[in-house]
Amino acid sequence: MNEIPRPETLLPWAPERTGEAPPPAAAAPRRKGPGLLAATLLAVRLAWRQLRAEKARLASAIAGVLFACVLVFMQLGFRGALFESATNLIGSMRGDLFLMHPMTLASFRPEPLPRVRAQQALALPEVERAAPIYLAQSTWRNPVDGSRRTIQLIGVDVAAGVLDFPGLAPLVDQLKRADTVAFDRSSRPEFGPIAALLAERGGPIEAEIGNRRMDVVGLIEIGPSFGADGNVVLSEVNFRRVVKERQVAAVDLVAVKLRPGTDIAQAQARLRALLPPDVMVLTQEELRAHERRYWEEATPIGFIFAFGSLMGLVVGMVIVYQILFSDIASHQKEYATLKAMGYSGFYLARVVLGAALILAVAGFIPGLVLSWFLYGVVADATFLPLRLDLALAGLVFGMIFTMCALAGLLAVRKLRDANPADMF
Amino acid sequence: MNPVELRGLSYAYGEGELRRPVLRNVDLTVRTGEIVLLTGPSGSGKTTLLTLIGALRAMQEGSARVLGEELMDATETARVRLRRRIGFIFQNHNLLGFLTARQNVAMALEQDGALGEAARLDRAGRLLGAVGLAGHEDRVPAKLSGGQRQRVSVARALAADPGLILADEPTAALDKASGQEVVQLLRNLAKSRGVAILLVTHDPRILDIADRIVAMEDGRIVQSDTVPG
Repeated sequence: MNEIPRPETLLPWAPERTGEAPPPAAAAPRRKGPGLLAATLLAVRLAWRQLRAEKARLASAIAGVLFACVLVFMQLGFRGALFESATNLIGSMRGDLFLMHPMTLASFRPEPLPRVRAQQALALPEVERAAPIYLAQSTWRNPVDGSRRTIQLIGVDVAAGVLDFPGLAPLVDQLKRADTVAFDRSSRPEFGPIAALLAERGGPIEAEIGNRRMDVVGLIEIGPSFGADGNVVLSEVNFRRVVKERQVAAVDLVAVKLRPGTDIAQAQARLRALLPPDVMVLTQEELRAHERRYWEEATPIGFIFAFGSLMGLVVGMVIVYQILFSDIASHQKEYATLKAMGYSGFYLARVVLGAALILAVAGFIPGLVLSWFLYGVVADATFLPLRLDLALAGLVFGMIFTMCALAGLLAVRKLRDANPADMF
Repeated sequence: MNPVELRGLSYAYGEGELRRPVLRNVDLTVRTGEIVLLTGPSGSGKTTLLTLIGALRAMQEGSARVLGEELMDATETARVRLRRRIGFIFQNHNLLGFLTARQNVAMALEQDGALGEAARLDRAGRLLGAVGLAGHEDRVPAKLSGGQRQRVSVARALAADPGLILADEPTAALDKASGQEVVQLLRNLAKSRGVAILLVTHDPRILDIADRIVAMEDGRIVQSDTVPG
């Protein structure tokens, strides 16, 4: 053990002895203390040192945040995929305005409207084109194993340029022929290895839709949605051949193209005034919102994903709260000592909040990486458009940050138990 | 100005029928550089008196002027500020286990915005050297002996250049040699720096360092003897 220095050599740091400063004045100086930012940084550093000292506890806290993070990412990813896949078809339609029956809830379950409304729309001079779109679901027979599955049919005047799916343009002439369809290459594999068969044969392959033999002449790309596992595009005539019960005078949607330079809002108002109330006149954005609203409000699935995200946050918050709470409880003496040394409750609250926010960052980063990996796995398995972009990452980080901050604020109450008077 | 001036200080725990007085009309003055030992049986009010002087509790009755600040009716903020000018030495050192000795001492300086990080650590290192812990600066408390930990807590109490040090049984957890070292350190400090020290102890081995021994009983000061130099 080191020897205690003799009195004459004691305290060499004493400023009045070393000439660094005059002896202390009789009245004690008023100390200003560090600024708010400096004190906060010091508090966060103290929090980090405390967390780092107990590695097992730190690891379990990070695992808790990571779990919450992945859960929220996956739920929001599914929710985003639901909305994106649901509006994918609408987003690929080329039109400034759309006519739809007011009773139509979603595109995969349309209510027909009179075809004559398309002709009536053409009465407006600013309307350049009004193209009917037919939507229905029918049965597809897998050409390899014969299994049957429901598929979405999209019937249009293929030459009118109403749809903008990748791969469609080169197939327009072939699709004008009788009993031909273009198959969505992103459809679920249960529909059969259509792309491989087409490549193998180098020409059309036979398929069966709604008990009618059809030729698949090529591939397009749309992607499955929660409403449809697969899609085919076909001409109006071929659509009516498959969907025999469909009346010639009934359509599901009309895509209206306006002349260049036309004010869309004014044209929309004029069309609403012109057409009877059995049609809604919507912009493409409004049509998207209508579709999205159906999934968000009229089905349980949108709510389930939102609820799943919330549950992830609640579970994460409970984990972080438990960790912080037990951390404060086990360091009660240290906190009380700091209070005795003149650290304010506000400073110590910043230590706890600092710990919470360190956990938020430390849990988010591996959570982001793991979620990115899982998005790839799930997208490959479901063919759903799960996208982890900067906006989603920012949103989830905000949620995790808030979750940890709330857990920290709840845990801060435990600091009141640290009484400096109990240290004596 | 004396570092501690108490007049008619009384304090009680509980309320109503459960009210139990622990301090009754205490008068006490501690002068600059004076070492006062507070003795008395358990429950005599020594510790409560120490916590009131240390601004760790709100006052109830009387007057307590500590380092020039009146504590009666003082706000929590004012008491927190005052505590930064008092050095505390606890029976069980109460060092932060996840910090090194140097970082523990520097913690006492963080509330002083005048010093930067490097200056704080430098001063902490010199303080540790002054209490005989040169070479142990970067050890965590678990790697130090009981006496060394208590010396770190002495260095921590000194760090902010306090006008008053309050110590509660600083030698209770130490063997005889370590206890002697710590009290000698405190004595040297009081004399060289002019720091007033109020020390609660039951340890008869350290009575000889005091300038004055104050005995308490049943919440009152019953004896105050100056120790002949």
